[in-house]
Amino acid sequence: MTATTDLVPYEEALASYDPVMGLEVHVELGTRTKMFCGCSTELGAPPNSQTCPTCLGLPGALPVMNATGVESAIRIGLALHCEIAEWCRFARKNYFYPDMPKNFQTSQYDEPIAFNGYLDVQLEDGTTFRVEIERAHMEEDTGKSTHVGGATGRIHGASHSLLDYNRAGIPLIEIVTKPIVGAGERAPEVARAYVAELRELIRALGVSEARMEMGQMRCDVNLSLMPKGGDKFGTRSETKNVNSLRSVERAARFEIQRHAAVLRSGATVVQETRHFHEDDGSTTSGRVKEEAEDYRYFPEPDLVPVAPSRAWVDELRGSLPELPLQRRNRLREQWGVSAHDMQSILNAGAIEPIVATIEAGADSAAARKWWMGELARHANEAGVEPGALPISPEQVARVAVLVKEGSLNDKLARQVIEGVLAGEGGPDEVVEKRGLKVVSDEGALAAAVEEAIAGNAAIADKIRGGKVAAAGALVGAVMKATRGQADAARVKELILQKLGVGES
Amino acid sequence: MTDIIRLTAADTAAKIATGELTAVQVAEAHLARIEAVDEKVHAFLHVDREGALEQARAVDAKRERGEPLGPLAGVPIALKDLFTTEGIPTTVGSKILEGWIPPYDATVTRRLKEAGLVVLGKTNMDEFAMGSSTENSAYGPTGNPWDLTRVPGGSGGGSSAAIASYQAPLAMGTDTGGSIRQPAAVTGTVGVKPTYGGVSRYGMVAFSSSLDQGGPCARTVLDAALLHEAIGGHDPLDSTSIDAPVPPVVEAARSGSVEGMRVGVVKQFRGEGYQAGVVQRFDESVELLRELGAEVVEVDCPSFDLALSAYYLIAPSECSSNLARFDAMRYGLRVGDDGTRSAEEVTALTRAAGFGDEVKRRVMLGTYALSSGYYDAYYGSAQKVRTLIARDFERVFEQADVLVSPTTPTTAFAIGERADDPMAMYLADLCTIPANLAGNAAMSLPCGLAPEDGLPVGLQIIAPAMRDERLYKVGAAVEAAFVERWGHPLLEEAPSL
Amino acid sequence: MPGITREEVAHLARLARLELKPEELDHFAGQLDDIINAVARVSDVADQDVPPTSHPLPLTNVMRPDEVRPSLTPQQALSGAPAEEQQRFKVPQILGEE
Ligand SMILES: [Mg+2]
Ligand SMILES: [Zn+2]
Repeated sequence: MTATTDLVPYEEALASYDPVMGLEVHVELGTRTKMFCGCSTELGAPPNSQTCPTCLGLPGALPVMNATGVESAIRIGLALHCEIAEWCRFARKNYFYPDMPKNFQTSQYDEPIAFNGYLDVQLEDGTTFRVEIERAHMEEDTGKSTHVGGATGRIHGASHSLLDYNRAGIPLIEIVTKPIVGAGERAPEVARAYVAELRELIRALGVSEARMEMGQMRCDVNLSLMPKGGDKFGTRSETKNVNSLRSVERAARFEIQRHAAVLRSGATVVQETRHFHEDDGSTTSGRVKEEAEDYRYFPEPDLVPVAPSRAWVDELRGSLPELPLQRRNRLREQWGVSAHDMQSILNAGAIEPIVATIEAGADSAAARKWWMGELARHANEAGVEPGALPISPEQVARVAVLVKEGSLNDKLARQVIEGVLAGEGGPDEVVEKRGLKVVSDEGALAAAVEEAIAGNAAIADKIRGGKVAAAGALVGAVMKATRGQADAARVKELILQKLGVGES
Repeated sequence: MTDIIRLTAADTAAKIATGELTAVQVAEAHLARIEAVDEKVHAFLHVDREGALEQARAVDAKRERGEPLGPLAGVPIALKDLFTTEGIPTTVGSKILEGWIPPYDATVTRRLKEAGLVVLGKTNMDEFAMGSSTENSAYGPTGNPWDLTRVPGGSGGGSSAAIASYQAPLAMGTDTGGSIRQPAAVTGTVGVKPTYGGVSRYGMVAFSSSLDQGGPCARTVLDAALLHEAIGGHDPLDSTSIDAPVPPVVEAARSGSVEGMRVGVVKQFRGEGYQAGVVQRFDESVELLRELGAEVVEVDCPSFDLALSAYYLIAPSECSSNLARFDAMRYGLRVGDDGTRSAEEVTALTRAAGFGDEVKRRVMLGTYALSSGYYDAYYGSAQKVRTLIARDFERVFEQADVLVSPTTPTTAFAIGERADDPMAMYLADLCTIPANLAGNAAMSLPCGLAPEDGLPVGLQIIAPAMRDERLYKVGAAVEAAFVERWGHPLLEEAPSL
Repeated sequence: MPGITREEVAHLARLARLELKPEELDHFAGQLDDIINAVARVSDVADQDVPPTSHPLPLTNVMRPDEVRPSLTPQQALSGAPAEEQQRFKVPQILGEE
């Protein structure tokens, strides 16, 4: 599918041009009902079972605003440090598309509910970059089409399409940045960090789960280049539906290289929409429209204006949670980790599980160790966020406590976690069922130590002779004999004691 | 039986309540009348004989059980074919919705059923309510019961013709630029456009959302008031619905009087284009109002001169968007789906085949007025005119309690006469449009026959928004005085069919 | 005031998804031109400092609580569909964005 595209090496492109980015993110709100009707937004329902005259666009049906949708929009606006409109309207964006029942999208045009804000994002090296927000506005989602008859459900070559309108009318908030300039070579990283930070923010507000893989958060990357030192923006391309953090970064990077190649060849960049391809990280041109879009926006006459009272806005402002970046900085200090480590924790989606695990009684180092190690690996394999694994922070905390008490060593603890993930029950249950307790019966341990010394006389002599490091082999033998259920440190102690060697 | 069909809705309900008549008898009498005359009039697009009798039986059963009946229980009613009716076809007079059976009831339909009214069927109309003659119906024109070669007005010609020909005592209409009042005027009946937001639009197939308003069609002012009360009031399903009690319209209709009221005669509504007989009857009406004790003042509304122009930008603009949903994907007509054409092509072919010329004209006009580069000059300016008109109303309603004018500049014209001249057709709504643009309440009631052609002339009364009761107060007084003067209701002079 | 050309009508028809025949383009061009010329007077007020009115009544903040109401059944939703398959609306191939 990918056409061969000339690219200029990234560093070379950056040597001649400054990238200018615009990011448009659509977030599906987690309201119980759709934006303009009372249909449920629950996922996974049979096709067309969550539709009504309004969201099917039946003749005669009318919209009524979802109060929680409006409230969520205002909270997002406030968290993005935006001004909140004192009076604004919905508008109709007119264009035909079969997944849009009314053939207009109820959206906002020149009167967004929130405007003029910013979001600070932190880059890998710990520096902060401020992304200016143009606006955040309310609109509605479309239905879902399935293309039949072509290759692998694609639109191309399909004989017909099937439409399910369950998603039609689910509230969306569209958040648009001002042109992001001055990021230079870090532009792709800024794009990724911005979307990641926005996702954290949306989740912290509790207005959406913002799961990109579920389409609850989608990003369009607009990009243009201007000659280094210039101040006139070039022609931009709009890469649509870039739906993972990694893809956002790759798409921006690819477009920088592609634009540079076009410009270097003396051609002009075409203003067009482009599609991103996950497989090779490239973009290709969308369908070229014969005529310029003319959405014929006008105020939606079926809805009345929204005029949020200042008292309400202040009340919502007062109830905002601590913003994610502030919170991360606070946690970073509390945990004593580097900016880079904190970034990794964020990228792994492990902040909330770690916080919850600490709250459940684990110390912070242990909580981080398990979530960023063993559990991150499992999550990766399963392709889910760590928080979605079938183990609770309380259970992880219990494992950490058992280790701290000495009832488990790390190796056993890993086995306990395996068991919990496999659905064998809670940590204590798994310990019980699998018989994973550390052998702390001193008598049994002493016997095992004696046996190991007797069976490895040469090594024992070496140790007696001062080669303490050789004790490792005897510890291994004891661990083997106790099927790993002994506390290795205690075993070593006993061996040295027995052989009359003090640990220097 | 003929007596039953000539009863007012109020009298019919009273006789059903006392048991003098059964709802089934009343329904049967009207169904028989439809059977007898509608072939000539063509007021109905769909008659729901079985459904009507079932509803009537339910009312009778309720009465027999001794349960209280509403003030219009058992009274038959006809609905303009743009109110959705669950299980009954709703076509909006268009081929594009031929055979469509809605899965839901409009709020008005639901309220009528709950109030025990008996829905006889759906009435003819200009396609998507666009027109002033009902000639734009995809299902053929309706005749004016006063002269079947003439139009019954539009867009709600079917509803007005149905009540003028005694096929129903009540009907529902919708008024976007005069579609209740203008047909009422040319058929010698009463029609009311309530204050915008006074009657739910939920389930009314939209033409122009910021102008559309459902309202009553009846033969008397009191009947209109009773129907107004049954359908009016707040509806949480319509964001533009007024959250306040229905104005006391029935009480006003029962106590008609203009004593001490200030009546404003709008200076702009006369002159060129007004038929002499219409002006004559209007002047007599003003004289009558004076005799009845009203203080008559002339009022000046200069921005009204721009009302028609603003209307023909706003209504097409909104309709171009409202009608976009008719795309052959989810319901209605689908043309040209032969397995090779794209959805886009099928939509364009279906809309070309399913919409009539007037709809296409307005959709394109609206598309033009909203398109980039023209928006400010056309749609934007039209919305400013709207503000000016509202200000004119506000100012003159300080000088007068109600305004009066002819409802329409001429009496019913001949079928076909203006069919090829859209601009001439549009002039029929010259006097009715300002009230739509500003959201006011307005009524048309008969004020006599034009001497030159013997056809009905309508008197329009306009009240401030949310003061609908003033229409009924003045309308009832005028009606009573005229009936006394004529010796009978005007409709009795209509030829028998 | 600018006249409406045949090409403009063709453009409007495309935007409005109306497949018009060549003779219809001419017919409508003439009529639309007449109407536009007649209504263009509204632009006399374009420069006046008057706020536009989009809603006849000054209502604001009409909202409903975020509570689920019963939906139609899929059978009802699909009852008017020209074609259906797998409980979905079956439509011709969609040309456009992938
Ligand atoms: Mg959008
Ligand atoms: Zn719905």
